[in-house]
Amino acid sequence: MTDTTLRINGEERELSADTRTTLLDALRNHLGLTGSKKGCDHGQCGACTVLVNGRRINSCLTLACMHDGDEITTVEGLGQPGNLSPLQAAFVKHDGFQCGYCTPGQICSATAMLQEVKDNWPSNVSDSLTGKAELTAEEISERMSGNLCRCAAYPNIVDAIREAAEADQ
Amino acid sequence: MRPFDYHRSDDAGDAVKAAGEDGALFIAGGTNLLDLMKLDLMTPSRLVDINRIGLDEITETEAGGLSIGALVTNSDCAADARIREDYEVLSRAILAGASGQLRNKATTGGNLCQRTRCYYFYDPDMVCNKREPGSGCSAIGGANRIHAILGASDECIATYPGDMAVAMAALDAHVVIEGQGGGTRTVPVREFHRLPGDQPDKDNILEPEELITHVTLPAPARGRHIYRKVRDRASYAFALVSIAAVVEMEAGKIASASLAFGGLAHKPWHDPSIDDLLTGEAPSDALFEKAADILLADAEGQGSNDFKIPLARRTLKAVLRDATGECS
Repeated sequence: MTDTTLRINGEERELSADTRTTLLDALRNHLGLTGSKKGCDHGQCGACTVLVNGRRINSCLTLACMHDGDEITTVEGLGQPGNLSPLQAAFVKHDGFQCGYCTPGQICSATAMLQEVKDNWPSNVSDSLTGKAELTAEEISERMSGNLCRCAAYPNIVDAIREAAEADQ
Repeated sequence: MRPFDYHRSDDAGDAVKAAGEDGALFIAGGTNLLDLMKLDLMTPSRLVDINRIGLDEITETEAGGLSIGALVTNSDCAADARIREDYEVLSRAILAGASGQLRNKATTGGNLCQRTRCYYFYDPDMVCNKREPGSGCSAIGGANRIHAILGASDECIATYPGDMAVAMAALDAHVVIEGQGGGTRTVPVREFHRLPGDQPDKDNILEPEELITHVTLPAPARGRHIYRKVRDRASYAFALVSIAAVVEMEAGKIASASLAFGGLAHKPWHDPSIDDLLTGEAPSDALFEKAADILLADAEGQGSNDFKIPLARRTLKAVLRDATGECS
């Protein structure tokens, strides 16, 4: 057992758990935050995406004990019913989901992805590595390729992300 | 996952010391290691967490190059202004791999140590010499679409799956390694990974308690930097064939060329005779065919991966046309 302090959605939380506990299992099974979803549990689907110190990661592929003192943001921390984040509202408006299982991961991922674009990080489809990062549909698809949607709501997900990004300009 | 002891280090010396016991492994990003531990394919008795030992900066070297700390994430490396400007092939290679989430966790040192994606290595119900030496190879005569066409052995036909190291091989980067007692050694990336031979369980030349501390890049190589990756889908897939190329033209001739290949072998493939052939020559399809002849002279398909031989030839020609300014 290892004691770990996590700052989750702005609140300090203490965790005492087996060293094998992934951050995802800690969130879901120990801390009652079931918004983050377990899909493949191997970093292939992105359903477990959360933000750690502002950056998106697969919470299934990291151990909770490695994150002592870290700032974690889950989908619950982005918005709540009645007070949705712009991306959450855009997903609702554009029907960016069907079953909804991948949606928390999609929204956490897109939240951090838009920050990466603001920070001018290039992507694999960027023509120039030194120019300004543009948010075309192709760029959104490439940058979101770590989040799978088994219902294939991709066109609407892209529309939702695009609208949220434009509203934020 | 099997139980393990967890130790968090705050400097490299402590980490190397803590890893001195049998069965200990370093953990950095953990994206490959934890994946394998969940399947009991790797079963360390102790994990030494090196995420807080520093080594997370990219600094300039006296030789005019860059020194990339082992804990610099793939995202930070690819987004670094100096790397984007002067080592474009490295940024491109990193961005061609994995997903945004994984690149935020994966580190420079850890990515070099990424293990193969051979289906049978991942399947505990099948024999695998890399997982259990002497047990056999299920990929030979099995499903081997993603497997090696160069440098394979009778015991293993797995490939090294990464992209970053292929670019580093083209750039002739070096790996700085710290061992017990603080001693260090430096190994070219081109010699860091091994061919499988009769010891396929050993992916690279690292000894158990040795720690990668940095990767150094030589002074920037002028010319066109290209990373071309051919894969089964447009994003988030491993390479079937990839090529990192740095080619400089001068007065219509190839002044220098440095090429490395991914997806073909148990290591990033670099053949100096290809670089030598191209250097000083005017670009032509005949020349590019000759380069492909050298690359593929000893290529051997395993059945399902036979297509990689013509695919590597065509990809090489396309990259060289692009790199030398001819139409691709």
